[in-house]
Amino acid sequence: MADSGVTDGFEKTGGIERAKSEGKELTKEEKQRLRKEKKQQKKNKEKKDDRASQESGREKQGVSSAASAPQPSAQSAAQKAPSAVPAPVPVPASEAPAPAPAPADKPAKSKAELKAERRARQEAERASKQGKKGDPGQPGAAGKPKAPASELQPVVKRLPEHIQVDNPDVLKKLAKKLERQQIPLRLDYGYKVSLFSHLHQYSRKAPLTQQLSIPSTVIHPAIVRLGLQYSQGIVAGSNARSVALLHAFRQVIRDYTTPPNEELSRDLVNRLKPYISFLNQCRPLSASMGNAIKYIKKEISNIPSQCKEEEAKSKLLHCIEWYIKEKIILAAKAIAESSIEKISDGDVILIYGCSSLVNHILCEAFEKSRKFRVIVVDSRPRLEGREALRRLVQRGISCTYVLISAVSYILPEVSKVFLGAHALLANGYVMSRVGTSQIALVAKAFNVPVLVCCETYKFCERVQTDSFVSNELDDPDDLIVTRKGRTQLENWQQEPSLGLLNLVYDVTPPDFVDLVITELGMIPCTSVPVVLRVKNVDQ
Amino acid sequence: MPGPDKETDLTERVEAFLSDLKRGGSGAGPLRGSAETARETTALLRKITAQARWSSAGDLMEIIRKEGRRMTAAQPSETTVGNMIRRVLKIIREEYARSRGSSEEADQQESLHKLLTSGGLSEENFRQHFAPLKANVIEAINELLTELEGTTDNISMQALEHIHSNEVIMTIGRSRTVEAFLGDAARKRKFHVIVAECAPFCQGHEMATNLSKAGIETTVIADAAIFAVMSRVNKVIIGTQTVLANGGLRAVNGTHTLALAAKHHSTPLIVCAPMFKLSPQFPNEEDTFHKFVSPHEVLPFTEGEILSKVNVHCPVFDYVPPELITLFISNIGGHAPSYIYRLMSELYHPEDHEL
Repeated sequence: MADSGVTDGFEKTGGIERAKSEGKELTKEEKQRLRKEKKQQKKNKEKKDDRASQESGREKQGVSSAASAPQPSAQSAAQKAPSAVPAPVPVPASEAPAPAPAPADKPAKSKAELKAERRARQEAERASKQGKKGDPGQPGAAGKPKAPASELQPVVKRLPEHIQVDNPDVLKKLAKKLERQQIPLRLDYGYKVSLFSHLHQYSRKAPLTQQLSIPSTVIHPAIVRLGLQYSQGIVAGSNARSVALLHAFRQVIRDYTTPPNEELSRDLVNRLKPYISFLNQCRPLSASMGNAIKYIKKEISNIPSQCKEEEAKSKLLHCIEWYIKEKIILAAKAIAESSIEKISDGDVILIYGCSSLVNHILCEAFEKSRKFRVIVVDSRPRLEGREALRRLVQRGISCTYVLISAVSYILPEVSKVFLGAHALLANGYVMSRVGTSQIALVAKAFNVPVLVCCETYKFCERVQTDSFVSNELDDPDDLIVTRKGRTQLENWQQEPSLGLLNLVYDVTPPDFVDLVITELGMIPCTSVPVVLRVKNVDQ
Repeated sequence: MPGPDKETDLTERVEAFLSDLKRGGSGAGPLRGSAETARETTALLRKITAQARWSSAGDLMEIIRKEGRRMTAAQPSETTVGNMIRRVLKIIREEYARSRGSSEEADQQESLHKLLTSGGLSEENFRQHFAPLKANVIEAINELLTELEGTTDNISMQALEHIHSNEVIMTIGRSRTVEAFLGDAARKRKFHVIVAECAPFCQGHEMATNLSKAGIETTVIADAAIFAVMSRVNKVIIGTQTVLANGGLRAVNGTHTLALAAKHHSTPLIVCAPMFKLSPQFPNEEDTFHKFVSPHEVLPFTEGEILSKVNVHCPVFDYVPPELITLFISNIGGHAPSYIYRLMSELYHPEDHEL
């Protein structure tokens, strides 16, 4: 499987050549197909007769199309796993009608010939699809001229794996991919509430790193450490995670040496892929991390091939530093300056949880001698507000602290609400820590203005309308608490009808939010797709 | 001699009850449900009626009012005590009026009639002595006690009218009434319950374990996730500590957020509250409405130095305005919040609103 991995790499990252050589690509993949076909034929010679009798039996019963479709689709799905499959969802659907007419029409043809026909058809379909698509899963192909920026992009994007946990095909594919990359698969834990059966639910007590050998030969130690920090919650918060990720990648680039007969621009991206899978397994990637990774991959693949290794590496390190400085640090400064205009003397400001950006704004405003006091709202089970409380009290800001259930009691005193965001979605919804939408709702009911502060690198092209379809489930054991010596939920796993739900994110509708403060200015929530478009054109 | 012994015995009982109330409210003693408090109050009032020395209804009412003021002062947030006292006072008035022979309707039109003719007649009316009054009053109080015994069952009997199968029901904290209500429906229908844990006391956990033991599919969520999951909820069923005179609620903290989220998603909010929780108070008494407990529950002492520089609040109750409530289910049936004022006039006499 190792050599197919390398050839896959060539296929995937040869984006620049792909545009010119669609014909060549077909033959390369066809060669692979034929190779695999021959292997399959050898295996299936014994089973041929059985399957022939089964299929003819099924045809007689009239359930051929339904029954034969899953069988070959499962087979070819398994075989396609090693190669790049940009659209797993439409492909099985397209397979299902394809094999159905074939056995019905020509039972005389042999199995191998049918399969070859089918595969040739699929190759043609896939090649045409890849030519049309903007290929979002492979930003290395951004060397292609960015035609999609000026026209509307056709929508078919790959559904991320982590919201398809209820689909066994996707899980199988993921397992194969991780096996190939030599990363252990993390198992789900505990009873999952039925509404969320499409998401993973991991236990904090079983970090992925326990299943790795030390020292790990496949994964760089900085990445292993980062993964552990993510899964244990030591590094939490969208900005912190992105910055930690970029620092770890810097370390990786510093330690990287190009193997002989390889190009840095292609090999380094391949090297990063297993790391990203590993980090994804430790904790699903956030939108900001996704954007950062896209940026790095683009920069790496833009390195000209005649560049020397040392030069290339220093250029990449410089790019990463520029990204951190510009998108995170300078953006925070710009946002703080705009926000300070919105804070007047005598204000009572309410904040929720621990957002590094909002804390920064409040500290800056305090430095500029604005007189205000802060109410910190916190919620179980994460209790992140205590961290924010500590930071603000250290600066000398006068604070009040309540839990989220007391928000209706304290809101009549509040003049403004400042919220941080994890991501801003293209339909204007704000994705943030669970509880943010509640605070915005109650603030709206009391007519208190709600301001969301968010850097533009967190803007995301996804759209979402509720908190169910794409979310993260945290360890359910976190909800257990011991009060007065009694732990009510201790044995929740033994109770058959009891489930615990520990959501991490929720989406706030744009009508609850009055203003979004970004480094590009103060915009209403609905202007997010405009900003995204402007950014895409710039890049 | 039987007289003084009875009296000391009575005062002892009253003192014991008062100290129980004081301890129960601070969270240190055993927490008792409102139904228990109501029953104990009524039993105590019956004892007072039986054993105290009084010659006319007016005397009895004075004694009860005096004891009542002490009891409500012991634990102002426990409104069932005051409610029971007012019920008993109304019973005494009714029994007196019946003994005198005047019809009850006249009494009810009393307020407007008296306003127009002459005020202050009511005081003198209670000076007459009737021999069977004591027995009648005690009998009526016994009826009240039986009514109290049956409230939870009466409410649970209505469960099947409101819950259909495959529903997702949301509730918050722990309410014995709602537990019985859902348990009764679960015997015939299959549905799913989401319980918000209601920090910092996390009584929702106990509710969830009890419900799951009754075979109901239960999920526990953190308070912060109330709005996030509300879009999938079909009904919100809650209990309350008190039903206020305007139809609003004084319920456990977090209920107002729940009510707002339900309103946003147009989900009906059903309150299961027995009649003894109906109180003639209004919510605009800022100082007496809220009750606070130790902030240690919210920010524990282990947090160290920042404790002295931070204000921490831990309110116990929340006010829910009547516009957010869809239906009240009580032991005498279902009502809209706009009907509550009428029920109040049937249960309590306007002069007793101020004890």
